[in-house]
Amino acid sequence: MALIRVTAGDFDPGVELERLNIAGAGGMASFVGVVRDTPAQPLAALTLEHYPGMTEAQILKIAEAAELRFSLLACSVVHRYGRLRPGQRIVFCGAAAAHRQAALEAVAFLIDWLKTSAPFWKQESFLNGETRWVMARAEDDTARARW
Amino acid sequence: MAKLRILYFAWLRERTGKSEESVAMPDGVSTVGDLMAWLRARDAAHAAAFVNPRLVRVAVNQSFADPDQMLSPGDEVAFFPPVTGG
Repeated sequence: MALIRVTAGDFDPGVELERLNIAGAGGMASFVGVVRDTPAQPLAALTLEHYPGMTEAQILKIAEAAELRFSLLACSVVHRYGRLRPGQRIVFCGAAAAHRQAALEAVAFLIDWLKTSAPFWKQESFLNGETRWVMARAEDDTARARW
Repeated sequence: MAKLRILYFAWLRERTGKSEESVAMPDGVSTVGDLMAWLRARDAAHAAAFVNPRLVRVAVNQSFADPDQMLSPGDEVAFFPPVTGG
């Protein structure tokens, strides 16, 4: 069971985690990504753009791959788009499995693949009025390659 | 005849000045790479968007595609920078 949601609205990590507490689960693991402030150049907001249709389809592919690979009972991805301020939540990845190792590894797999394969683009808006598209990082490709 | 639906995201959208357009399959265009070359030669805005093809990623009908992928009339072709979600 893969729960996928791409939404402008916020989510409650506790509620998302509890959705994964299903029969047979020995535990749930999760990752919550938030907008990081940049002290050197203070950030006003981070705006996420996505590709409606393809974004959901790509996330579903990644989630189904995780379920198969780690024998998950369930997993969940909630990803926001639109304009977010520092400290606000961007993404939730969660996994439920019979044992902890599969759940923990599945969450790392989900976020590593999301970073490099789900069509989202971040634009930073700084307090000084400048804007900048975030560049893809080679470290993210390296992180994905370990899977 | 069915046209190509072309979508642009992030800075490709900003540079072309549009989020989508519809074009008849141009003569001599059969692959994604051909379409990029044709778009680049079209006007200054498209030339600016495709100035560095290495930084452009492509999806055809909402699946990632390579420059040598063949196109058919009616396809949805999206151009965007490397993704930065998560």
